[in-house]
Amino acid sequence: MRNEMMMKKWLLPLAMSCLLCFPGLGFGQKNSCLDCHSKLEAELRAPADAFKQDIHQQFGLGCVDCHGGNPAQDSEDLAKDKSFKGSPKRAQVPEFCASCHSNGATMRRFNPNLRVDQLSQYWTSRHGQLLKKGDTKVAVCTDCHGQHGIQSAKYPKSMTFPWNIPQTCGRCHAGAETMKDYKIPTNQLDEYKQSVHANALFDKKDLSAPTCNDCHGNHGAFPPEVKSVASVCRQCHPSTGDLFSKSPHKKAFDDMGISECEACHGNHKILRPSNDMLGTGEKSGCIQCHESGSKGYQAAADLGRIFEALQKQMRQNEDILALAEKKGVDVSQPKFHLQDVNTILVSAKNLTHGLAVEDIREKAAEGEKILVDIRQAGDKALQEAKFRRTGLVIATAFLALFGLALFLKIRDMTRSGSRP
Amino acid sequence: MNKFGRNIVAYLDDRFQLQGLFDFAKKKKVPEHSYSFWYYFGGICLFLTGIQIMTGILLLLYYTPSIDGAHESIQFIMSQVKFGWLIRSVHSWTANILVGVIFVHMFSTYFLKAYRRPRELTWITGFLLLVIFLAFGFSGYLLPWNELSYFATRVGTDIAGSLPLIGKWLKTLILGGSSVSQATLSRFFWFHVAILPMAAFFIIGTHVLLVQILGMSKPIGINEAKVKEISFFPDFLFKDALGWTLILVLIGVLCVFLPWEVGKKADPFAATPLGIKPEWYFTFMFTTLKLLPSHIIFIEGEKLAILAFMAGGLFWMLVPYLDRRAAQEKRSPVFTLIGVAVFLYIVVMTILTYTVRGL
Repeated sequence: MRNEMMMKKWLLPLAMSCLLCFPGLGFGQKNSCLDCHSKLEAELRAPADAFKQDIHQQFGLGCVDCHGGNPAQDSEDLAKDKSFKGSPKRAQVPEFCASCHSNGATMRRFNPNLRVDQLSQYWTSRHGQLLKKGDTKVAVCTDCHGQHGIQSAKYPKSMTFPWNIPQTCGRCHAGAETMKDYKIPTNQLDEYKQSVHANALFDKKDLSAPTCNDCHGNHGAFPPEVKSVASVCRQCHPSTGDLFSKSPHKKAFDDMGISECEACHGNHKILRPSNDMLGTGEKSGCIQCHESGSKGYQAAADLGRIFEALQKQMRQNEDILALAEKKGVDVSQPKFHLQDVNTILVSAKNLTHGLAVEDIREKAAEGEKILVDIRQAGDKALQEAKFRRTGLVIATAFLALFGLALFLKIRDMTRSGSRP
Repeated sequence: MNKFGRNIVAYLDDRFQLQGLFDFAKKKKVPEHSYSFWYYFGGICLFLTGIQIMTGILLLLYYTPSIDGAHESIQFIMSQVKFGWLIRSVHSWTANILVGVIFVHMFSTYFLKAYRRPRELTWITGFLLLVIFLAFGFSGYLLPWNELSYFATRVGTDIAGSLPLIGKWLKTLILGGSSVSQATLSRFFWFHVAILPMAAFFIIGTHVLLVQILGMSKPIGINEAKVKEISFFPDFLFKDALGWTLILVLIGVLCVFLPWEVGKKADPFAATPLGIKPEWYFTFMFTTLKLLPSHIIFIEGEKLAILAFMAGGLFWMLVPYLDRRAAQEKRSPVFTLIGVAVFLYIVVMTILTYTVRGL
């Protein structure tokens, strides 16, 4: 018992000595910055709270690594010694972050995969160019990445995770007051949210769908010029770009000085292409340039007719299959083939960028051929449904007759009170 | 019977000594009274079992018991095989109707106290058949390897896994591993088409043999003067056949207008869909587990409920030996009340499962 008491008495001082002797163990390291800031209020406390989630903290970095000073000291005066750098001014932020992030040797210690050219790219960006001219309102590293709660772009809550990027950029670019001096529109975010790309990103959770930085760049963000828009779109739509480059439109667009894709599809509000964009209807893009009676006008009308016919047949087949399915017949196979036709339709629509009407007609005919088979399968399924119902009626009639005969026999037996 | 027929019967009689059987059949009588309607449910169970055997054998022609081929083979049966949709729909619908009819047969037998001496073993074999057919339902449900059946099996085996002492071992035994996988599908298939049919064959044989030897039970206290007797062959059989015919029409209508669905192929990596439920005949137990608090006194609610179900099952099976008054041909209102409570509990819990959101 006495021995036990002795052990308890010495155990705590022994443990404390170990911690003091081996500060490198990590759990014994002192950080007076966090200790003090955690006890403060509002904006002075915020860095301490946010830093708990910071990627730098996860790599073992602390306040001292960016701000200098001596975190081992309890006194504020002693902690803020000669090495203390404090907070950088906005104009200094890029260089401040780059002191590590542009240093290959430093980055290799923590994340060798991370690029180290962010600063040089930044100086080529519109943001960087304006900052160099003394405009400190432009975005610097902390505006897009945060200050003390910086998280990896792979983390869904990070400001730079794909589906948060539109909002991150929109914080400045959707603000009329912020953008007032730059005379640029502020509807990009609203328009983007209506686009097919936003639909893929937000609704289908497709992280490969383009967002602001995929077209404008991230650290080297710059508005694409007329000549570069097509190259930007070609990153994801190369075959469409190739078709366009070989088409008569290429030279015509270049001569007129209009951008390729953007002229018909728009920029931020890129909607899902519909048949209305072709043909000669009110919403057609073709009639913006091609006058009635011209060769181009005729080609537009042809294209409109081809797609309208194909899609009409698709809708009819969908209705037939839905009806057969409702009647209890399995139509999974023809429904699967209907997806093939949809693939052909997408492919044919892509061919419109090459303006080869005959190729498009050929492609559409391929789809129509499959649609004929689907129609046959749909009709067969409806016949099968009819056959099943007819079979049921006949079988029920036979069973009803058999049941009636049994009933009469049983009644007869019950009345006679004996076996037949 | 013509001469050819008589010759065949004589030929078989010489070899199988059938005369005794014929004499028994001729003499066999069935009591007829105001409750004799309930006798026919036993025959319907047997008829539906016959349908299950026949359709099951036909399904075996095309069914593939592998996680890569099971769903596809069912899809093939439903869309490509001539009358495959009918065979599979009959098999699935009949399975559900059969379990329902077994419950009706069991409760009618219970309330008529037909389990009393000397029919204790008939009741016990009947109870075992209920367990076997529930096992048929549970194992067969997974075989199409669709989303619903996959997750329902996962939930069901998780419940078995929470049993005290043997839970973990039992779950591993059922699944053939730690999760629903190819090993699970293989052993469910093996269980469904080999073990359970063999067990059912012997127990049904015993059950029917006991019914034939002991005859039908008459309700306690029935006025003997009002009880007539009809011959089993063919009088009772004709009435039985009328019931079978009606059931057959019902199955036909269900199969044509509501063919059994194939469902989406199971994706083990997908999240469990909301509102996943086992087959309807397990829902009263499933809902009980969901409604119970996590702890009752010091015991986990789920474990306590499972133990209660097991104790309840044992009580139900041993009722012939516990109901002493019925054994003495006296009315036993306490056991009638217990039966009513069990019946209402099952019905209410099942209805709650399908009517209350979030259950």
